[in-house]
Amino acid sequence: MKHLKAWLGAAALMLAGTAAQADTIKVGLLFTLSGPGASLGDQMDKAVRLYIKQHEKELPPGTKIELIRRDETGPKPDVVKRLAQELITRDRVQVLAGFTYTPNAMATAPLATEAKVPMVVMNAGTSAIVRQSPYIVRTSFTMWQSGYPLGQWAAAQQGVKTGYTAVADYAPGHDIEQSFIKGFTEAGGEIIGSVRMPVFAQDYTPFLQRVKDAKPDVLCIFVPAGKQATAIVKAYNDLGMAEAGIRLIGPGDLTPDDELANMNELPEGVITTIHHYSAAGDRPANKAFVEAWQKEYGQDSVPGFLAVGAYDGMAAIFHAIKAQNGKWDPDRAMEMLKGWKHESPRGPMMIDPKTRDIVQNEYLRKLVRVNGKLANVEIETIPMVEDPWVKFNPPK
Amino acid sequence: MIPPGKSSLKRPPAVEALIKRHRLRPIELLPWAIAVAAYFLFPGYLALGAQIFIMVLFALSLDLILGYAGIITLGHAAFFGVGAYTAGILAVQGWHEPISGLIAAGVAAAVVGLVSGLVILRTHGLTLLMLTLAIVFMLHEAANKAGFITGGADGLQGIAIDPIFGAFRFDMFGRTAYWYALVVLFLGWAFVRLLVHSPFGRSLTGIRENVVRMHAIGTPVRRRLVTAYTISAGLAGVAGGLLAQTTEFVALNVISFELSGAVLIMLIFGGVGRLYGAFIGAPVYMIAEDELAKADPVYWLFWIGLILILLVMFARGGILGLIDQAMHLVRWRRK
Repeated sequence: MKHLKAWLGAAALMLAGTAAQADTIKVGLLFTLSGPGASLGDQMDKAVRLYIKQHEKELPPGTKIELIRRDETGPKPDVVKRLAQELITRDRVQVLAGFTYTPNAMATAPLATEAKVPMVVMNAGTSAIVRQSPYIVRTSFTMWQSGYPLGQWAAAQQGVKTGYTAVADYAPGHDIEQSFIKGFTEAGGEIIGSVRMPVFAQDYTPFLQRVKDAKPDVLCIFVPAGKQATAIVKAYNDLGMAEAGIRLIGPGDLTPDDELANMNELPEGVITTIHHYSAAGDRPANKAFVEAWQKEYGQDSVPGFLAVGAYDGMAAIFHAIKAQNGKWDPDRAMEMLKGWKHESPRGPMMIDPKTRDIVQNEYLRKLVRVNGKLANVEIETIPMVEDPWVKFNPPK
Repeated sequence: MIPPGKSSLKRPPAVEALIKRHRLRPIELLPWAIAVAAYFLFPGYLALGAQIFIMVLFALSLDLILGYAGIITLGHAAFFGVGAYTAGILAVQGWHEPISGLIAAGVAAAVVGLVSGLVILRTHGLTLLMLTLAIVFMLHEAANKAGFITGGADGLQGIAIDPIFGAFRFDMFGRTAYWYALVVLFLGWAFVRLLVHSPFGRSLTGIRENVVRMHAIGTPVRRRLVTAYTISAGLAGVAGGLLAQTTEFVALNVISFELSGAVLIMLIFGGVGRLYGAFIGAPVYMIAEDELAKADPVYWLFWIGLILILLVMFARGGILGLIDQAMHLVRWRRK
């Protein structure tokens, strides 16, 4: 990329020139709005629109925000990089935001560096993303943020000795597997087996039967939130693993709020999950957020972690605009975002000034019945978790 | 190619007609004129332009086996992907020179094409279709598992490409990428054109039309098919290598059933087995996709689907087929 610098320097100067005099801040949004991942982009898109609707009047007088939306079409880095390139060179956007999938963010990162366009990652959760450019901030999460503390919690505080992992065989699953094992063994636990399952498996019984025969004290599962989660939890129940003394834990994807109605026959208290956001979270900021969301999009619509990532991403952009009083300078914007603290629906969050990655609470939740319905009730808070991956993978 | 006849008087009319068929007609230069003009007319769309050229080359390679040799495949992205990963991995491992990287991409894909072709071209019809699918799925999974070299699901990062001939840098506006892809496409086109008009190309058409008869006149059918398959795989690999070098990123979507399907749709859009189907189909599809996705980022796939259904229902030969029919009608009226 070195040889690009001359061109890009010129481009950046041009962009900076236009930015200084403009009162309209252009934001290029890249969401996956079609294909199998369309529901992900939909949540993010709705959250961004809700945020703008609620907060547009807070912008400095005379400053406007213009959104230019593009469809990522899925995990397609070549398409997304091209779209980002067009947004930068043709539409002259001053910020890029969105990025549903990791490869999309990875491919766009060099453009952010060379054109000096801040890039707000609102979902993609691979730890290494923020390292790819000094112009990246993340407002979502990393997989290590939940897997590592979960492993430590299980081994250190629950007195569990042996563990087993079963994860969906793709990047986020691999991250959970590695981070959980690291946390668990560091705190004195022993891993007696690991299995990787097809991402969209139909039947989980054969995998779980093997786990049952191995008799671990605790089983850590990661599958995509949604139907897969219900299927594997049911398989766990049908095999009588709870009765066999195998506790089930995992990141929040295992018991998504909108799937709980389908898991109703489960016994109480055998599943503990860890996550940074639950729509049922009992915080004033979250109650206001969920209420506004349901007023806008209907009572049946529930905002998930994707919505919160995008909502807070927009809050970050607004913060940078307000802090510069309506002007936009990319380097100043990045300075404003480093160390930014915010009271999000998920609780307190901060952008780490060193890594530009998110620091946030992780909540341990027990699946119990509240008024006859299953709910993820927060039992413990691990405050302000930094991405543990950074510690084990220092920058080269 | 065949030199233009100096003494056409001595040649019988049939021979003259055959020679004329292969002569370069002025209209065949039209795509190149448009491509050069587009550079000056739409400077904001150069990145899209380069990706269109890449897809044209990819569709052209598919046309060689599907349109000319009649090999139905849903797995052509396997070779595109092998090319893309070859070019990408070479660049990451320290070989930054683009042209040799591109050649390596083509050779690697051709080798995979040869090996897989030797196995799967023993079959035909539905079995062949399923086997091509199997190959693209297997390679996809292999690339996913080999994360230590391919980057797995996160994609291959850190591709750096040297300036072409040490002089033309790949810039953010896509100028170099545009010309680079265009020149490679031109060479690819010239090669395929030469090939399909050669006796080898004619024998492929013969195999497509009547394989029993080709056996009867002593054509080594399977060897011809494997050769065509290998060449086509190599070209697809070059297209994949171009994508890797111009976007400086490779991810698993380059080896996917989805991409195989997309390139097939582009070819059908334009017209199969006519050399220029790729030149019409890929740009029309990609520009329509780009414009529709901007106008309606949520439901644009619906419009693409609608266009495809209409085309399949009313224009079996694709857009070129439609043009043919229109010309036919005009001529018939004149008579």
